[in-house]
Amino acid sequence: MYGVSQTQFDYFSQYVFFIHRIQHLALHHVAAMLLVLANPLPVLAQGAPAWLRDNLITPVWRSGPVRGAYGAVQQPVVAAFLFVGLIYLWLTPSIHFDAMLSGWLYSIMNWSMALDGLLFWWLVLNPYPPDPAQHRIGYGKRCIVVAVVAFPQIVLGAYIFFYGTGVYEYYEVCGSPWPIDTDTDRMLGGLITWIPSAMMSVLGLLIVLSQMFRQEKREAERMGRDAAASGSTA
Amino acid sequence: MKPRSMLFAKKRMPRWILTLVLLSGLTVAGCGGGQDWQTKDISRLMPELQFTLTDEHGREVTADAYEGKAVLMFFGFTHCPDVCPATMARIAGWLGQLPEADRERIRVLFVSVDPDRDDAERLRSYTAHFHEAITGLTGTQEQLRRLSKRYRVTYGYGDKDENGDYDVSHSAGIYGFAANGEARVLIRQSDDREAVLADLERLAKTVD
Repeated sequence: MYGVSQTQFDYFSQYVFFIHRIQHLALHHVAAMLLVLANPLPVLAQGAPAWLRDNLITPVWRSGPVRGAYGAVQQPVVAAFLFVGLIYLWLTPSIHFDAMLSGWLYSIMNWSMALDGLLFWWLVLNPYPPDPAQHRIGYGKRCIVVAVVAFPQIVLGAYIFFYGTGVYEYYEVCGSPWPIDTDTDRMLGGLITWIPSAMMSVLGLLIVLSQMFRQEKREAERMGRDAAASGSTA
Repeated sequence: MKPRSMLFAKKRMPRWILTLVLLSGLTVAGCGGGQDWQTKDISRLMPELQFTLTDEHGREVTADAYEGKAVLMFFGFTHCPDVCPATMARIAGWLGQLPEADRERIRVLFVSVDPDRDDAERLRSYTAHFHEAITGLTGTQEQLRRLSKRYRVTYGYGDKDENGDYDVSHSAGIYGFAANGEARVLIRQSDDREAVLADLERLAKTVD
């Protein structure tokens, strides 16, 4: 996330459509997924100063509005809608034009993609077993959510690739860091929205399945141990 | 306690969903901009005019020099084979169609992003070729980068050919500023003449 938003990569992202799409692929998909898989929250919570944890983080996290908002965005339908909706929102030509022109809107766009990426992949790849009380949905639902979001991205990416000529006018206005044909740029951007994004869903699906099998194995081992323990007691 | 808190969470959820939907709706509505300008309205998107550059007489000049005038600003370079001369000719054509009083209230700044080749003399003869209201400006790479970054455009240089010529990629939009320096419109190559003229007249009206 740092690499695509705080380095010269961000400069290129502001003027070249396909690099902008790589930036969003990183913020919304790849980096967010990797962060969730690393599951740094327990370590960060342990590492936080006790006064901060006890007086601010825990009370705020347990407060009604925060729990309510978290519960709402972790609803599978809402999460999938937000995930796809944000991609479509920021790629709506008029909104995209404004977001690329305006410094503050550009920041909101990138922040929203990064935060939503974290929330979405946290819902799908949560390392803990399903628990409705903690808004952790079952593995079946995780599979459906991660698969469903692939299709609208494929449609949008293919549309940009095949029919997007002149749609993103900003790149014809803003200049480019090196002479690049705007149509080539647009087609590359469409391909990135189309193929790697959909592949991230496949990857996500495989990870969910592996989590599910591991969980089932753990459950089976636990039941085996329980049975052995009750057998030896008898 | 647990069932009650679950119940509480369930009852609150739709309200939060509604809030989120409303907030996102408001954000989108807020981004829509006004409908009064006929080219691209950038009133709330771009900062006011600000720069330090060198003009076509070799003098250092800041945006303050143009306070009290409506300003059009365009980035280009004098060796440009197509977009720049075409745009300069279009601007000169628009100015010719405006009432004289409005025309005198508008200044056009042609900012060259190719300072190596565009010195003051070359800029002066280039702009004089199109219209007297057009002034050529350029600057150091640092000044030009600062200005282009401020208006979220960029430029770059292609490889030199055997004659030492090279292409320069630059923006194609024309920025319009009100007399108080506030950004108002971005005129694109696709905007039609009537829309541009209406906006130019409106920009001119911002001058007292």
